[in-house]
Amino acid sequence: MKTAILKYNAGNTQSVLFALERLGAEAVVTDDPEVLQSADKVIFPGVGEASTAMAYLRERKLDEVLRNLQQPVLGICLGMQLLCRHSEENDTPCIGVFDLEVKKFQSPGGNLLKIPQIGWNNITGLHSVIFEHVSQNAYMYFVHSYYAELGPDTTAIANYVINYSAALQKDNFYAVQFHPEKSADAGQSLIESFLKL
Amino acid sequence: MLTKRIIPCLDIKDGRTVKGINFENIRDAGDPVELGALYAAQGADELVFLDITATNERRKTLHELVTQIAKHINIPFTVGGGIAAVEDVSVLLSAGADKVSVNTAAYRNPQLLNDLSKEFGSQCIVLAIDTRFEDGDWFVYLNGGRVKTDTRTEDWAREAVERGAGEILLTSMNNDGTKQGFALDITGRLSRNLNVPVIASGGAGTMEHFADVFEKAGADAALAASIFHYKEMEIPDLKNYLYQRGVQIRF
Repeated sequence: MKTAILKYNAGNTQSVLFALERLGAEAVVTDDPEVLQSADKVIFPGVGEASTAMAYLRERKLDEVLRNLQQPVLGICLGMQLLCRHSEENDTPCIGVFDLEVKKFQSPGGNLLKIPQIGWNNITGLHSVIFEHVSQNAYMYFVHSYYAELGPDTTAIANYVINYSAALQKDNFYAVQFHPEKSADAGQSLIESFLKL
Repeated sequence: MLTKRIIPCLDIKDGRTVKGINFENIRDAGDPVELGALYAAQGADELVFLDITATNERRKTLHELVTQIAKHINIPFTVGGGIAAVEDVSVLLSAGADKVSVNTAAYRNPQLLNDLSKEFGSQCIVLAIDTRFEDGDWFVYLNGGRVKTDTRTEDWAREAVERGAGEILLTSMNNDGTKQGFALDITGRLSRNLNVPVIASGGAGTMEHFADVFEKAGADAALAASIFHYKEMEIPDLKNYLYQRGVQIRF
């Protein structure tokens, strides 16, 4: 029962690793394709900039590895955005598991919008097995300037000026825009449910 | 809705919390990890650890402490105190800190903010400003409030944001320690005019002070130390009060 955390140039891998350790899970941080492919679960974390991260992944063919994984995969924050089709952040083509565009938050006419969104926001419309023990309207910790639009794969919604995808799911791919590893008990429950898949 | 944040601040010296903290329900109130975990369990939205160690061992003890905090605490935390170089930040973030705060070093060398935000992203760079009102305006102070500058706080905050600071932690020296409330005017001026979150600090004495700084000054977060450490105010009570007042709060 091993979880692989993808090591790349935009990871908050240490925090994710510690969160798994708090749950007693066995985890490794790796960029070895074979270890990733043979792991029971893969977590694709991320804090950083899209084009730099994608360039790094492409160079090592890790984008292909990620796209073809068969086991449950959890993308977090930038990891979620990179699993989408394309990001406005430096016009970056992404991995394309989710057929969604990642856009930058825009100030509504004349009003000052603080970007990035930093802090706790509530998530609604939850319908994914990873939310089994998370209550509707639970608060999660977000830090981001870009968001994935809503689509058929949306499994949770958050609002910051507009409604956007707080979580996505398609087949074995799960993704969350917030940081479950930093979202207190609610985030911990989500990680626990993912590990039990 | 994005909520307002309540942030306890812990002063650290040689890896231990400073100030005579009195909690009966934790074993070691001098242990920053245990105290931080208690605040997290009570509903603190974030934590700030401010290292005031002045010895040569500082970097090593801080690195070890950050690792321990990250291992045990499941909410975001910021580390500050004497951070002056990209390498300092790299070590702290890779140990598991979510953000770092910089103060005097960034004022002395503003390029540091550009370098840090380019390297790590603005979202993890907090600019701390100590400010005092005198002669009709708010001015920046350095070195823990010991050194006055001629720079207006609004000017420095604006420049810092342009250079890449992702949040402003604003401490009013006039208000700090008075328990008479936060500095609403300067907090409001920064919060309304900057497109990054502003954390208000200094002066918290009552729950109403928190409501005021959120409602009247538009602060995004409020930081306090002694009222929490001395249990003059409990975080669950504060959050309940703010919720009743209609302030967006996580509970």
